Amino acid sequence: MSTQASRSAARLMLSPAVGLLLIWMIVPLVLTLWFSFQRYNLLYPDRSGFIGLANYVNFVGTSGFLDAILNTLILVVGVLAITVVGGILIALLIDQPLWGQGIVRILVISPFFIMPPVAALIWKNMFFNPTNGLFAELFKFIGLRPFDFLGQAPLGSIILIVSWEWLPFATLILLTALQSLSSEQLEAAEMDGAPPVKRFWFIMLPHLARAITVVILIETIFLLGIFGEILVTTNGGPGNASTTLTYLVYKEALLDFDAGTAAAGGVVAVILANIVAMFLMRAVGRNLDA
Amino acid sequence: MARAVTPQRKLLNTVLAWAVALLLFFPILWTFLTSFKPEPIAVASPPQFLFFDWTVKNYVDVQNQRNYFDYFWNSVIISLGSTILGLAVAVPAAWSMAFVPGSKTRDLLMWMLSTKMMPAVGVLVPIYLIFKTLGLLDSRIGLTLILTLINLPIIVWMLYTYFKEIPGEILEAARMDGASLMSEILYVLTPMAVPGIASTFLLNVIMAWNEAFWTINLTVTDAAPLTKFISGFSSPQGLFYAKLSAASTMAIAPILIMGWFSQRQLVRGLTFGAVK
Repeated sequence: MSTQASRSAARLMLSPAVGLLLIWMIVPLVLTLWFSFQRYNLLYPDRSGFIGLANYVNFVGTSGFLDAILNTLILVVGVLAITVVGGILIALLIDQPLWGQGIVRILVISPFFIMPPVAALIWKNMFFNPTNGLFAELFKFIGLRPFDFLGQAPLGSIILIVSWEWLPFATLILLTALQSLSSEQLEAAEMDGAPPVKRFWFIMLPHLARAITVVILIETIFLLGIFGEILVTTNGGPGNASTTLTYLVYKEALLDFDAGTAAAGGVVAVILANIVAMFLMRAVGRNLDA
Repeated sequence: MARAVTPQRKLLNTVLAWAVALLLFFPILWTFLTSFKPEPIAVASPPQFLFFDWTVKNYVDVQNQRNYFDYFWNSVIISLGSTILGLAVAVPAAWSMAFVPGSKTRDLLMWMLSTKMMPAVGVLVPIYLIFKTLGLLDSRIGLTLILTLINLPIIVWMLYTYFKEIPGEILEAARMDGASLMSEILYVLTPMAVPGIASTFLLNVIMAWNEAFWTINLTVTDAAPLTKFISGFSSPQGLFYAKLSAASTMAIAPILIMGWFSQRQLVRGLTFGAVK
């Protein structure tokens, strides 16, 4: 249907977006690769030159490297598990007939609009603080000793904060998907005597599959880059207990001023992210109607 | 799915749903309440909920410490600017992909999305150095550009899914009726595309407003938006709960209210049309 002229016009309309994204992808990546093979410390800018793979050896050899990979995995998988399971449960609940559904929806979605530094600061100070945080008060009230959340369970606490930020997103999307399920199908199953668990497992869950994969894809994109929450709450500590790959690179670059090693870490992070991305795109791509 | 249930069942649903909703909303409510407490009440044990001497002193103190409006305007300019710039680039691109799809359109869209997966921290050093060389550090223009680039894939995707639902036959019909290209765009396409563009606009303003990696690392004072404003309260001012709460409320209120009004439009956009 489209003519030669409209095809070239289409290409022209596409080119600014494609061009910008190409530049945005290639220029920083090439520079990062370049720095990753250079001796480059921001404190000693005159000591420079090619040093081969030393930066990579340095980064991978950092005591925190394996911890960082493990922590990143735990953070991403933990938040995904909490938000998807929690999201399904809350969506099922809100989808039931109830009074004030509109307001419930607005209350549930609200945490999604909170900027990460604010979320982290509120949780860190007013909830997790072991002397006068609300959790400490709650623990005292029920006769327990206050628990130092960020000191004793730093990664778990960060998972809690991030889950709070992303649970509304998962809930809203799963709720929307649930509402598009035809009620005839459910009623038919009910008439045939299928118990609620079976109705959920064989009708609702397959219907939600697409929405769930979309939630996983989009959350993973954002979770791999979680930064502000860690910076504000634990600074990656104690020790390396809550240092993720992203945060480890940041530490090298801005706390140790070792731009070379940080660049090597950046390359490692980009490679790992691409492996995850490829895997995800394969699995999920089919569900996005491109 | 409105199913008929007994009133008792509906009451139970209502109680449970409200309990969950209030639990999720509680940190925001608590921050709001604490922002009106005198500092000693804010850390009182047991905690005080409603019956204390309400005061706006915290807001005045925060405002005197650093001028909220400087940061607020930077946030407004950067998030609106990057969204408008992004739309200007993305509308033609999404348009051509939706109406003149080629064999590579799908791969192109996937590639665009995959650029979002690049960890920002991996390219922080080169971007920082490029910005330093070009004099873009701590400038609104530089930040606007960065936010445009990081949100561009999402803007293209969202617009694409909206545009794809506009039936191409309508254009042909208009053409048959003798509509010129200009009137075709003005009277046929634009009205059908406006809702999609509007919700893309809303979502991207929200995302840009809350972006906290580049906005914190590339600014000092001149271009610093509200994310930077609030991270200044991390310590030791963070120990003053009432002031921290006032600053937090000031930073989140504008976008929270906007989000409440646009939440129904958000779902489609957020899932790139995969969930409707």
